[in-house]
Amino acid sequence: MSVGIVLVSHSAKLAEGLAELAAQMAPDVTIVPAGGLADGSIGTDYDEVVAATQRADRGDGVVLLYDLGSAQMTAELAVESLADPSAAVVADGPLVEGAIAAAVAAQSGQDRKAVAEAAAAAGIPDDLQPVEPAAGEAELELELRNDVGLHARPAAVLVRTLSGFDAEVTVRLGDQEADGRSVLALMSLGARQGDRIFLRARGPQAAAALEKAKELVDGNFGE
Amino acid sequence: MTCKAEGVAAAVRAAAAVVAEHRVELIDLDRAIGDGDHGENLNRGFAAVVAALDAGAPDTPGGVLKLVATTLISKVGGAAGPLYGTAFLRASAKLGTAGDLDVPALLEALRAGLEGVQARGKAVAGDATMVDALIPAVSAAEKAAGDGGDVAAVLTAAADAADRGAESTVDLVPRKGRASYLGERAVGHLDPGARSSALLLRAFAEAAR
Repeated sequence: MSVGIVLVSHSAKLAEGLAELAAQMAPDVTIVPAGGLADGSIGTDYDEVVAATQRADRGDGVVLLYDLGSAQMTAELAVESLADPSAAVVADGPLVEGAIAAAVAAQSGQDRKAVAEAAAAAGIPDDLQPVEPAAGEAELELELRNDVGLHARPAAVLVRTLSGFDAEVTVRLGDQEADGRSVLALMSLGARQGDRIFLRARGPQAAAALEKAKELVDGNFGE
Repeated sequence: MTCKAEGVAAAVRAAAAVVAEHRVELIDLDRAIGDGDHGENLNRGFAAVVAALDAGAPDTPGGVLKLVATTLISKVGGAAGPLYGTAFLRASAKLGTAGDLDVPALLEALRAGLEGVQARGKAVAGDATMVDALIPAVSAAEKAAGDGGDVAAVLTAAADAADRGAESTVDLVPRKGRASYLGERAVGHLDPGARSSALLLRAFAEAAR
C-alpha cells in the first residue's frame, strides 16, 4: 500500500497529463487527476476534488498538490470536509516537480508527511542543496534596498524561501532579533529601506539558506 | 426583532437577484485585474442556490446558510467558491439549529464568516480583497448592535461600511490572488471580491428592512 496523490488543477488536461507523467515514475501509486470543471471549462471543482481524494486513499492517506491559489483553497476545503481530515494533506510545492517527487516518495513507501515534504522540497534547485550534510553555522549582513523594507510581502517571501532549507535562521535589526520562520516577527522588526539586517543560520543547510536570502535581498525580493 | 428561515431564504434570493443584476459589472472589474470570471462564477453559484431553495428550503436560518454554502462551494469555480462557501458554512455552524436569527446570533455569524474567509484565503486588511470590505462591515455591525440596532439596522450599518471598505481597495496594491501579479499596475481598480461582498451585504440589509 502507498500514499495516494491527487493533482488539483484548473485544467483537466494539465492534471491528466501530469498524472500520466508521474505514473511513469510510480507505477504502484494511485494518482488521481482532479482538473477543470465538470463541463470541461477552466476552474476547480470541489466535488471532484473530494471524490478524487476519497478514491486516492488506499488506507495510507492522500497528499494533494495544486496549481494556483483557488485550487489550493478548494483542496484545503476538501481536506477540511473529510470525515477524517488528518487522512489527507495539501502539499505546498511546485505542481509538476512536486508531483513527480511526491509520486516517487509514495512509491518507495514513505508516509503522508514525507511525501508532502518531498513535494515541497522539489522547489529547491539542485545547486542549492548542501554539498555535505554536516551541521553548519553561518552569518551574513545585508542591506535592504527595496522600497518597503521587510514589510508583509518581502517578509512572507523570505519566510517561504527559508522554510525550504534545513536550517534555523534568525534575523536581527539593532538589538531586536526575529525568527526567520515568522512573517509577523520579521515585520515587527520594522526594518526599512537602507537598514542593515544581520542573518544567522544554523543547521545542515545554513550556508545555502543565507545564500538564497542574499539573492532575495539583492534582488529586492523580486519587486 | 428576529428573523426566521423564510426571511433568511428571502434575503438569499434577493442577493441572487443583485448578483445577476451586477454580473457584468463584476466581470468588468475582474477583467481589469484578474481573469474576468468573478461575475459569471458568482452568478452561476447563486442561480444554483435559488434552484436549491426552490427544491426545498431548510426550516432554520442555519440550515438555509448551510445550503447556500454547499451549493456555492460546488458551483462557483475560482477563488470565490471556497471563500464564500467557507464564510456561509462557518456562519451556519454558529447559528446551529436555532429557529430564529436574532442580533447576537447575527453578529456571531458575521464574525465567523469573516474569520472563515481569512482562514481560507489568508488575506489581511490592506491586501485589496473581500476582507477589506468585510472587516469594517463586521466592526460596524458590532457598533450598530451595541447602539441597540435591530437585525435590519445592523445589516445596514455593515453594508454601508462594506461599501466604503470596498472603495478603499481602489488605492491598494493587491497582495492576493491573480491581481497580485499586477502589483502597482492594479492600483486604481476596485477589487471585484470586495465589491461583491458589499453587494451581498446590501442585498441582505435591504431584504431585512
